[in-house]
Amino acid sequence: MIQLKDISKVYTLGTQEVEVLRNISLEIKPGEFLSLVGPSGSGKSTLMNILGCLDKPTRGSYFFEGVSVADLSDDQLAEIRNKKIGFVFQSFHLLPRINALQNVELPLIYAGVPRSKRKEKAREVLAAVDLADRIYHKPNELSGGQCQRVAIARALVNNPQIILADEPTGNLDTKSGNEILQIFEKLNRQGVTLVIVTHDLSIARRAHRIVTLRDGEIIKDEVRRGEREGGGMEGGWR
Amino acid sequence: MGILESIRVALEALSSNKVRSALTMLGVIIGVFAVICLIAIGEGAKAYVSKELMGIGSNLLVVTPGKAKTSGGPPISVDSAKKLTYEDAEFIARRSTAVKQVAPIVMGTGKVKYENRSRDTTVLGVTYDFQQVRNLHVEIGSFISADDVDARRKVCTLGRVVKQELFGESNPLGKMVKINDVSFRVIGIMEKKGVTFGFNIDDIVFIPVKTAQELYDTDKLFEILAAATSEKEVDEAKRQITQLLIKRHREEDFTITTQAAMLESMNSILTTLTWVLGAIAGISLVVGGIGIMNIMLVSVSERTSEIGIRKAVGAKRRDILSQFLVESITISALGGLLGMILGVGLARGLAFSFPSLPVKVSLWSIILALSFSVFVGIFFGVYPAHKASKLDPIEALRHE
Repeated sequence: MIQLKDISKVYTLGTQEVEVLRNISLEIKPGEFLSLVGPSGSGKSTLMNILGCLDKPTRGSYFFEGVSVADLSDDQLAEIRNKKIGFVFQSFHLLPRINALQNVELPLIYAGVPRSKRKEKAREVLAAVDLADRIYHKPNELSGGQCQRVAIARALVNNPQIILADEPTGNLDTKSGNEILQIFEKLNRQGVTLVIVTHDLSIARRAHRIVTLRDGEIIKDEVRRGEREGGGMEGGWR
Repeated sequence: MGILESIRVALEALSSNKVRSALTMLGVIIGVFAVICLIAIGEGAKAYVSKELMGIGSNLLVVTPGKAKTSGGPPISVDSAKKLTYEDAEFIARRSTAVKQVAPIVMGTGKVKYENRSRDTTVLGVTYDFQQVRNLHVEIGSFISADDVDARRKVCTLGRVVKQELFGESNPLGKMVKINDVSFRVIGIMEKKGVTFGFNIDDIVFIPVKTAQELYDTDKLFEILAAATSEKEVDEAKRQITQLLIKRHREEDFTITTQAAMLESMNSILTTLTWVLGAIAGISLVVGGIGIMNIMLVSVSERTSEIGIRKAVGAKRRDILSQFLVESITISALGGLLGMILGVGLARGLAFSFPSLPVKVSLWSIILALSFSVFVGIFFGVYPAHKASKLDPIEALRHE
């Protein structure tokens, strides 16, 4: 599903060039549960942004479902982000002024889904993350764990091929962090491809595959539960 | 994202910062308000002028000496070599079939004295027909008669203001006043008429035209007023007067201004005035637009992370562009609407409480003000919206 070949990313800071990623090659298959670990500054967030089509690599090629991302326009990238990728961020990144339902609706708005259908779908997904009774609450009226569940619902609402989570439990206490991970595990069992970026090894170990980055290079790519690699698709996540 | 969706999002964003939105809107409100009010005053002045000119009589023609180079109003400066005479006026009266009355006029200024009181005022040398042509009436006594003119009598009819100033409440009929040290007998008092075009008809002393020529030692006329037999005959009257005068002068050394032409030239002056007023008000609308741009720029930088989130979940550049553009247009259109309501309300209120005040709200000024305010919203919204749409989603997401 996702193929990275010799990806490099160079940032220019003033006159200095910083190579954040160096010759990354990686393949992610449908249904995988992968965690990306490494110390801060190792380039995992940059890699995540490239995977999420938010950023383009300086060198190398990236194929998303066989399509070379480098050849796509900004609008086409936006469409991929909208329909095929779901993001979950450490700081939730919900819009503060609107309620949970409206936040979850957001990707559907940009997908051009009609209003009534949007509401229905957003409710459905919020119910799936156990927030059916909180849909009219604004983010500041929800706990961290609930906010992150709204964010997950938002990531799921367009039935994406892959969910990318950047330190999804970083701002949560252990208990709600655990709940979030349980949701992720459940989603993965239902067939959703998952990539979680973390620096917490105990979280990383819950994934089936751990890719370790250091100084912009993959130093370890370890499959923990061989039987799940390549993904047992058991139908949709619902 | 549909347009309704955009408007909904815009209203949400605006209502989340009510004070700021209201203050920004105030700029547009004042602009549109000013445009509508000032144009209403300009238009009102135009309507007022039309009414006044119609009041003078729409069959009126004015013959002035000297040839005006352009059409429109009477020439301001009078070429002294060209002259109109009393005989010209008589000739027109005798020979023109389309002219009902002719009123030759000599105009001058004079110090009018009675006992120890005096007043500097306008002295008008007229004939009997003048009061018909100008639709004026005598209140007591009589107006200058044809005999008075022919006999060059030193008699005068006073306007209300002059009478009041010189005589107060006492009866002036038969009294002797001095105009530029020449004695005149008062034979009548005019009815109160009021101010027309800033010219106070009540502050005039009427004397026989020939007497006036003697008084001012001239054989020239200031102008000749002529009343056509009917409104339809105005053009025919103009043609006849032109022919008759050319016959006497052997050249066209005079200008005939008709009521319609006067109306037209006044209208064109007032239209220009209206546009100038509107443009000045328009400047405040532009200033309001700059306010919108300013606040939108602040809003874009405040909502950087929102833009990042929207982009991450699939908003395209044009989605962000239209979101912010719709927001600024919503401010300006809403402001325009409120300004319009205020402007129309004030103009109507003024017209209601001061019926004499010339105020006229016209539909075109409303449409102009509203569309200009929307244009302002677009014009000053494009740059901030473009800036928002250009934001790099990663940078924007990192922004807190």
